[in-house]
Amino acid sequence: MSDELLTVKDLKVHFPVKKGIFSRIKGYVYAVDGFSIALNKGETLGVVGESGCGKTTAGMAILNLIQPTDGVIRFESKDITHLSSMSRAKQLDIRKKMQIIFQDPYSSLNPRMSLNQIIGVPMKIHGICPKNEIKDRIALILEKVGLSPDHGKRYPHEFSGGQRQRIGIARALCLNPRLIIGDEPVSALDVSIQAQIINLLLDLQDEFNLSYIVIAHDLAVVEHIADRIVVMYLGKIIETAPYKDIYTNPQHPYTQALLSSIPIPDPRAKRTHAILQGDVPSPRNPPSGCAFHPRCPDAKDICSQVSPELRQISPHHLAACHLV
Amino acid sequence: MNQKFKKLKQNPNLVIGGTITFIFIVMAVWAPALSPYHPVDDADLMVSELPPSITYPFGTDEQGRDILTRVIYGSRISLSVGLVSQAMNTIIGIILGLTAGFFGKWWDDIVMGLTNIMLSIPSMIFALAVMAVMGPGLMNIFLALGLTNWAFTCRITRSQVLSTRSLDYVKAANALGYSRTRIMFTQILPNILGPILVVATLGMAGAILMEASLSFLGLGTQPPTPSWGGMLASAREQMFTTPWISIFPGMAIFFAVLGLNLFGDGLRDILDPHLTRKAK
Amino acid sequence: MAAYTFRRILQFFPTVFFISLIMFGLLNVLPGDATLMAGGSKHHLDEKTAQMLKKQLGLDRPLYVRYASYMKNLLKGDLGRSFLRNESVNSLVAQRIGPTLYLSTAAMVIAVGLGIPLGFLSALKQGSFLDTLSMLGAVSGVSVPQFWLGLILMYLFSLVLGWFPSQGYGDGHLMHLILPAFTLGVGYMALLARTTRAAVVEVLTQDYIRTARSKGLSVLIVNFTHVFRNTMVLILTTAGLQFGSLIGQTVIVEKLFSWPGIGSLLVDSIFQRDIPVTQGCVLIIIGIFLLVNLVVDLLYGVIDPRIELS
Repeated sequence: MSDELLTVKDLKVHFPVKKGIFSRIKGYVYAVDGFSIALNKGETLGVVGESGCGKTTAGMAILNLIQPTDGVIRFESKDITHLSSMSRAKQLDIRKKMQIIFQDPYSSLNPRMSLNQIIGVPMKIHGICPKNEIKDRIALILEKVGLSPDHGKRYPHEFSGGQRQRIGIARALCLNPRLIIGDEPVSALDVSIQAQIINLLLDLQDEFNLSYIVIAHDLAVVEHIADRIVVMYLGKIIETAPYKDIYTNPQHPYTQALLSSIPIPDPRAKRTHAILQGDVPSPRNPPSGCAFHPRCPDAKDICSQVSPELRQISPHHLAACHLV
Repeated sequence: MNQKFKKLKQNPNLVIGGTITFIFIVMAVWAPALSPYHPVDDADLMVSELPPSITYPFGTDEQGRDILTRVIYGSRISLSVGLVSQAMNTIIGIILGLTAGFFGKWWDDIVMGLTNIMLSIPSMIFALAVMAVMGPGLMNIFLALGLTNWAFTCRITRSQVLSTRSLDYVKAANALGYSRTRIMFTQILPNILGPILVVATLGMAGAILMEASLSFLGLGTQPPTPSWGGMLASAREQMFTTPWISIFPGMAIFFAVLGLNLFGDGLRDILDPHLTRKAK
Repeated sequence: MAAYTFRRILQFFPTVFFISLIMFGLLNVLPGDATLMAGGSKHHLDEKTAQMLKKQLGLDRPLYVRYASYMKNLLKGDLGRSFLRNESVNSLVAQRIGPTLYLSTAAMVIAVGLGIPLGFLSALKQGSFLDTLSMLGAVSGVSVPQFWLGLILMYLFSLVLGWFPSQGYGDGHLMHLILPAFTLGVGYMALLARTTRAAVVEVLTQDYIRTARSKGLSVLIVNFTHVFRNTMVLILTTAGLQFGSLIGQTVIVEKLFSWPGIGSLLVDSIFQRDIPVTQGCVLIIIGIFLLVNLVVDLLYGVIDPRIELS
């Protein structure tokens, strides 16, 4: 058996835009338009891009919470692209192994369920352990995420934002998954609490041999956690490399711009500030050629005509830009 | 405790409405103990049409029955009509709205089409047509009012489902392998009961008013059943000579409906002033 | 705008069709015999007469045939013939529709003329004595049973004070109109006052009102140009939807005041089990309600340019 846990090939998610009396389809939003990744066991992949670039949609599509339009998703060597049309038993088997942590610790917890229910009900659905052991397992998981087992009878509104995010992690952990997708798991939290949660995620990764896909809108957060980074722009991957290469040797002008927005704790450090102009164009009418060309400081004529392919820069480093 | 009391003080609608409704519930439940006479059997033509006095606090009607007793017993009819018919409406509305919002597609189109048609038939006219076919009687009132007023509940349930189902905890439940039925009943329904409750409370008030109207027209409960609307119907002829026969049952209807309306308004203020208004 | 108007009018017809289907189904579920037996004739019918009557009224045909011929006539604008009176439903309805429209329009005028200004004033003077009083009045107005209110008004203004006649149409004389129109309008007025107040309060807290005030526009101008326009949409929606309850209530008010309108015709036909008349009245009343809502929808475009009409 290989080390590979998840492979995504050319994933596309297009949402139809309906209009008119008979709701005819008048066009598509190209939310994700060609997304390929590979993730090994125990590894962390960071997916970075501005809001609206399709990173969350890609994550949802991998979990099959959104039906992919095209492409292939393989998990543990099984094709799960059309998970929601599989038999319930098969679905449960896959669902158990892939979980999600959300950005907003408020809307991500059902206010009418106690912690015991939030964590215990999925265990019952999947028959994770014998009924009489569920209580012990809930206590164990609460402890693992830094909460007290006594908290089980309480409801989400009794906790702070950081604690609620721990509850969200406990919920993702309760089925003993192989892969956890974190959709901006710390961006809604205070900076001091962000560090705690990131450390918690790292500890849990070691202990349970988890793989993560961490989605973030800037490079600052994934820096501490990702082995490999994917940069997205308007539904497409524009650069992917091991995290060191991204930080030391960014190729795509967009990656460079994202990097320059991270503050450096050294006042003497010199760095060119490539500040992005304008907004992300609409994914409904993406610009011709390279989608980034209207905002690119170095754009040439070819950029507005031909869409660049991902090309190999070095063995593990790919970028989609005519200029490199 | 102190804080809760303060919150209630800021919401006089809820307190006053709740108190009035509670009084009527007490009247309905303990009617035999509270009434000085029997509502039907204690008819004595020797004492008919007496004005209010110590022996007959609200006076007597044209058959010599104690009006206070009949008003107290009338609360049983009114409250049971409000409760039963609105329970039917709420159940129908929740089932249709929940499934329409959750499953979408052609089912949503059918349900919303039907809902819009129901909304374009004035409920009084619909109830009259149903009563015309089925004939008068309490059972038929339950049906006529319980099958024709679910459209508001359906609409608000659906819109609440649509806004709730996109919340992260519902997505999480999906990822955790909850079945669709379980998501509907444990993730969505418990979180949208508030606005539904408001509509149900106001709907109960409407049903009580409607029953009184139908009985007043002679299409509702039939004499000698002590229903407030029916009492007014038989008192109508004597309005000019013995007004008290009409005053007290009318006041009973008014206060019962007022109580529920105030209570519903108060509930809405607590939950979210925007939710229910938008759906209506 | 033209496309929207067209589409809105296009939607009108299927709705009318489905409602006529529902109402026909509802009122004709009884088989022919039962309809006839219940059909008002209290005398015992011998077999032969019954057969003849059934044939004459077309009740011997199966339900779908009756529906087809009913729809065919309806499309020609023919509502059928009364079982009991030797008259077409059309002419019966035609005699009664005038008084009903007269009464409900008068009630509307009272409700709109008093309800909207009252709601407006309450909102501008939030928390004042006037506000409290009018909102108390509004919740009472929504809760009061109209037939009882009518009885009380009759007692006070006809018997005790002797200002207005208590019963009848009086050839449409204004004195006859006032009591029933007020009785009918009270609930509607209360609703409008509440809605208006809520809508105005909401608009008053919006930023653009504050901007207008800080620009130095006088309070009066702000109130009338900005607030009024922006609250009209909400008020109109309620006005349109709740017109259904007003037209439903005409049944009771007409019966109470012996007003010769469609509402009292409807109630009489139910007691006489004259199904074609019941059916015709129900359809006409619903039709009026639908038309009012159609007009309200089309008015949106005129009042609020923000509403997307595509």
